[in-house]
Amino acid sequence: MNGWSALDRFLRTDPRDVGCAQAMDMLHVYVELVAAGAPAEQRYPGIAAHLSACGPCGEDFEGLLAAVHGGGH
Amino acid sequence: MTVAGNHAVPQAAAAAGLDAESAEWLDALGGTGPRRESALARLHEMLVRIARGEVGRRGPRLRITGPELEDLAYQAAADALLAITGKLGQFRGESRFTTWAYKFVVFEVSAKIGRHFWRHPGVPLDAGDWDRLPGRFGFDPAREAEWRDLLAALRRAVDEELTPRQRAVFVAIVLNDVPLDALVIELASSRNAIYKMLFDARRKLRAALAANGYLCDDSSRRS
Repeated sequence: MNGWSALDRFLRTDPRDVGCAQAMDMLHVYVELVAAGAPAEQRYPGIAAHLSACGPCGEDFEGLLAAVHGGGH
Repeated sequence: MTVAGNHAVPQAAAAAGLDAESAEWLDALGGTGPRRESALARLHEMLVRIARGEVGRRGPRLRITGPELEDLAYQAAADALLAITGKLGQFRGESRFTTWAYKFVVFEVSAKIGRHFWRHPGVPLDAGDWDRLPGRFGFDPAREAEWRDLLAALRRAVDEELTPRQRAVFVAIVLNDVPLDALVIELASSRNAIYKMLFDARRKLRAALAANGYLCDDSSRRS
């Protein structure tokens, strides 16, 4: 990816993006869908859009998914 | 460990057809006596394990190592346990109880890493280092003639199109590489509010660059 496309990608916003509060409120539900192989992105497109654009929320998503896969047992 | 009792176990969640393990957690944590203490100890142990895993996963990208990481994991687990027991009544049974509980410890790890950032001061919030921008987006220095005007236009748009607050957030995160969660603490704000400010700034800047022909105007598409 060159600089132009990287900058374009960073500046591009998705109107479906639900924002951090809503995405984090439903993160546990979304993560269980992903872990189960269900089409989470289709069911919650606004959360999917947010997680792909927001670094910190994306990081929390990866962390919770890893926790669910690894288990606390 | 002593955690204040919370007897507001959600009846709606209990009636929502929980899986057996989640129902057992709710019942034990909402109760009293040795059974509750035992459940708290088990939950704490799980939270510590998840917190350790999470700081280990993120650790290589942080300026935190060894005992500090371990402290951070224990503090995150302790704070998550308090949050979980205090919000037991908010569990709606939409997921397994453990998934809901793990979310709290992941959030605590994020918040503590954000706070830790400011232990190493020296990041200016007001002045942006525009020289870092080409590298930030991977512009090839050898082809500066091709992108110099674009970045000059971006800088103009930052100065002219953004509100002071949007500009401050853009400069901190994009130019000075301040993590969003760290900025939340510095500005006494919320992740949602800072993200929204950056979201609006990105939309304005892209529109300005597109209006001046630097980026493709796809306003007819979703943008």
